[in-house]
Amino acid sequence: MTPAEPSSDSAASSREVRPFGVLDGVGKVFSASKRGAADVVALERVSYSFKQGELVSLLGPSGCGKTTLLRIIAGMTQASHGRVEIRGREVTGPQDDFGFVFQTPNLLPWRTVLANVLFPMEIAGRNDAAARKRALELLELVGLAAFADSRPHQLSGGMKQRVALCRALVPSPSLLLMDEPFGALDELTRMEMQDLLLDIRRASGTTVVFVTHSISEAIYLADEVLVFSRRPGRVIDQIRVDLAYPRGPELRYSPAFTALEHRAGAGLGVFHDRQNA
Amino acid sequence: MNHERLTRFGLPAVGLVLLILAWHFYVVIFDVPPVVLPRPSLVLVATLDNWRIVVAEGWITLLESLYGFVLAFVLGVPLAVAIAGSRTLNLMFYPLLIATQSLPKVALAPLILVWLGTGIESKLAIAWLVAFFPIVVDTATGLRNTPAEFLDLATSVRANAFQTFWKIRLPAAMPFVVSGSKVAITLAVIGAVIGEFIGSNEGLGNLLLVANSQVNIPLAFACLIGLAVIGIGLYAAVAAVELALEPWFGDTAHG
Repeated sequence: MTPAEPSSDSAASSREVRPFGVLDGVGKVFSASKRGAADVVALERVSYSFKQGELVSLLGPSGCGKTTLLRIIAGMTQASHGRVEIRGREVTGPQDDFGFVFQTPNLLPWRTVLANVLFPMEIAGRNDAAARKRALELLELVGLAAFADSRPHQLSGGMKQRVALCRALVPSPSLLLMDEPFGALDELTRMEMQDLLLDIRRASGTTVVFVTHSISEAIYLADEVLVFSRRPGRVIDQIRVDLAYPRGPELRYSPAFTALEHRAGAGLGVFHDRQNA
Repeated sequence: MNHERLTRFGLPAVGLVLLILAWHFYVVIFDVPPVVLPRPSLVLVATLDNWRIVVAEGWITLLESLYGFVLAFVLGVPLAVAIAGSRTLNLMFYPLLIATQSLPKVALAPLILVWLGTGIESKLAIAWLVAFFPIVVDTATGLRNTPAEFLDLATSVRANAFQTFWKIRLPAAMPFVVSGSKVAITLAVIGAVIGEFIGSNEGLGNLLLVANSQVNIPLAFACLIGLAVIGIGLYAAVAAVELALEPWFGDTAHG
């Protein structure tokens, strides 16, 4: 449903295209629960825009407000300041054409794998033969076609997260929002999932906002990385990742990749102690 | 696997045999008269001799317990749904429910007998009363404790309140409904027997009283065995339902 722009789009032509997503001074303050206590600033105002088909990583330490920002973009959390616009429309709540992947697979244990994937379609009243066909295609794509009738508890952690990915993709979302989806997986599974995500994104042209606390994951996946400071969360660096797609495992060991990792790490204070010593 | 099964079913059997042996030798060694505590063999003989009457009276007790439980389930689950679904009803009735949990419902039995007579209705009412609260409280607790991430999922796919309830909250509460039922069904048997104790001329509770008054202790034990069979049987039935619902339990920790 969303024709992808070629990611090799030249800078000149993309400047004429309206951005797909606009964050205009988006911030979040949690008001103090007790009288006299100070309000907690979770996220300082962020302004940013991204194009259709882009993959943006939000990178930062735990509690830096990156998940809060993702939820605000998703319309699942109300911003305290500013506004979010996706495709020219202000986001005031979750949208039909958004897909969300959570930190945990969050599968409903009493449903089969296929019924879990079809859950959004069922809620939207579009659980027809076409939806079923698409769900089975997606399961095929992630290598789980044989498990359509299994229960979630019969699957491994990585398999469950693939099912969750299928569930987010089944309505053909124009925007895929992912909240540290691979954080709980082992290193090898995690790398497989990253490649799977890049494949899916290449095939579907979906725009993706991806939250992670892994420097290498953020860079490996993204067109652009927003680096966040510790609470109160603030964007401290914006790294353009001009590495060609398709990306493969060998990229992780290239000097260009390492240089970007170095820059992101410096922003996050990885080298802080050593420099002071 | 086979070894595991042997230990799981074999060891309880060994425990039972040891208990019966201890009972037997206690009676023999201390020369306990049969009117106080009959030997296991005597109880077995009495049970076999009286099996017709034990089964006939047991059937009545079983029906009283079962009907009481079913009534408690049929009325309790919708009430729990109403309480969990409405903030007003919740504030009005939930504290009250918790408070009445601590009231010994059995204390109401004499009153119920006055209201409903000595027929099956009063037994059913007492069984219902004791079974009702665990079902309501556990179901309401289950409905109020839907995992937050499931509700997050519902929000993300724009499920309305009705869909969230039927497709998320209620199924997620199933383990609570079953665990409440497990408590309720054993309580229902107790409720029925207490009803029979207080005023009845049928049922195992009544037969037990009759046997006691005739100092027919082996028959009293036969009644106890009958009650144990009913209690265990009903519990096993709920446990079987629990097993059939295993998908609900197979993955309780985060999807």
